[in-house]
Amino acid sequence: MMKSGSNLEKILRAGHFAFTGELGPPRGAHAEEVRKKAAHLKGRVDAVNITDNQTAVVRMASWAASLILIQEGIEPNYQMVCRDRNRLAMQADILGAAALGIRNMLCLSGDHCLFGDHPTAKGVFDLDSIQLIRMVKQLRDEGKFQSGADVDGRPAIFIGAASNPFADPFEWRVQRLAKKVEAGVDFIQTQCIYNMAKFREFIRLANEEGLTEKVFILAGITPMKSLGMAKYMKTKVPGMDVPDEIISRLQGVPRDKQAEEGIRIALEQIAELKAMKGVHGVHLMAIEWEHRVPEIAERAGMLPRPLVG
Amino acid sequence: MIVAKRKPFDEILRMIESHRKVLVAGCGTCVAVCLAGGEKEVAVLAAEIDMARRLKNEPIELGQTTLERQCDREYLAQLDGRAEAYEAIVSLACGVGIQFLAERFPKIPVYPGVDTCGLAVNQDVGWYEERCRSCGRCVLDRTAGICPVTLCAKGLYNGPCGGTNRGSCEIDPEQPCAWYAIHERLKGQGRLDCIRAITPAQEWRDTVPRTLIQPGYRKPEKAKA
Repeated sequence: MMKSGSNLEKILRAGHFAFTGELGPPRGAHAEEVRKKAAHLKGRVDAVNITDNQTAVVRMASWAASLILIQEGIEPNYQMVCRDRNRLAMQADILGAAALGIRNMLCLSGDHCLFGDHPTAKGVFDLDSIQLIRMVKQLRDEGKFQSGADVDGRPAIFIGAASNPFADPFEWRVQRLAKKVEAGVDFIQTQCIYNMAKFREFIRLANEEGLTEKVFILAGITPMKSLGMAKYMKTKVPGMDVPDEIISRLQGVPRDKQAEEGIRIALEQIAELKAMKGVHGVHLMAIEWEHRVPEIAERAGMLPRPLVG
Repeated sequence: MIVAKRKPFDEILRMIESHRKVLVAGCGTCVAVCLAGGEKEVAVLAAEIDMARRLKNEPIELGQTTLERQCDREYLAQLDGRAEAYEAIVSLACGVGIQFLAERFPKIPVYPGVDTCGLAVNQDVGWYEERCRSCGRCVLDRTAGICPVTLCAKGLYNGPCGGTNRGSCEIDPEQPCAWYAIHERLKGQGRLDCIRAITPAQEWRDTVPRTLIQPGYRKPEKAKA
């Protein structure tokens, strides 16, 4: 049954292999910057994630950048983190977002403030991501606020969340996914995948638990732009699993061919993911590389995107 | 116990720069154990202030006292009739003691000589680690005796988040991930079911000043002097 009527939901329910992109709002008030990045994504993906103060660095509000995307004829996937607002602000923003046409939402805990540009700020975490999922579901399906009071006008939101198959303890990751499913999530976008062996095992376990029949899984892909980026991801980004073979493949080509090699690795992954039982799409996080998305989409055989009525 | 850390000396010196007769008041309980505000620390701080003010040619008269506890009227009463002789008091008790002392002598400015840092365990001499935020809704029964409110940097009730890094927290490789530890201990006890169910949104109880009256007791009509 259709819950939000979003393009992403229609694509997934029609059984198409979904393809989503990502856009980080600017560190300022220029709407033009959002439009410029968005132009590369238009028609190439089914929806575009709009990050919410990613890595705890202040940026244009994700709801605002989401609205700019709607003006541009692109469907946003509005990200919301638990770090920056309490349940009152969250519910107010969700109602406002729904009123203005936002139909997809991604519920996240959020990186700790220590990582960002205001490291001494107080993290809110009134709710965690699982409690946030449940709250959105309750607003949408029961028409009740978190407090239990009635909502007059339910927000039609397709509820998303993240999953990191690579963080410890591995055996708990599928259980955590199960908790998100129980909380009411409709779709999952995973952390960037580099360790395909581990991801296959994660999906196998999720299939075994019957979870992939209850939730749509979009596998996260971020092409490596350079060897430096791969080394940084391997050693500096918590919860990221970059196997040595990725490093050595990038090491094996001249510096000016590393980006192409990174794209090739991503294309090979996408080809395998398309055929993987329990995977319903790919979420392409081309970080500050939006202009390469058209080429990647084309070469991955993702174009044209299906039109769903 | 409650742990505290002495404030930077210059900060203390600035608080009392206009005063010429000051009492340094320690507390003989928690802050004495954690080496921040007991008799010894009172003596050290008084000596430092004395020397600094002499060097500035602004001598100061200092008194020293260490009460058994500054969070109890019965001990504060020992200062009645003595405190009034001072222009100001620097208290080395925790935030609770400092406030109770200030309440007892409302005409005298009372300054904090320490920053109170939490409810902590004694890992070793001089080494204390926070364990409790006194949230008022203990969940330790389900979390293997490890507090996620205090020890998870995000205070998550349904952890671990995606930032767990080989058993460490994303904020610092030296900081163990509370939820990783919770998982490991529950697994060892065969009690992973404790965290399989969703913990619902917290009903916070620490958002207003709390008063605790134990069963069988009641608030007196008027606080006794």
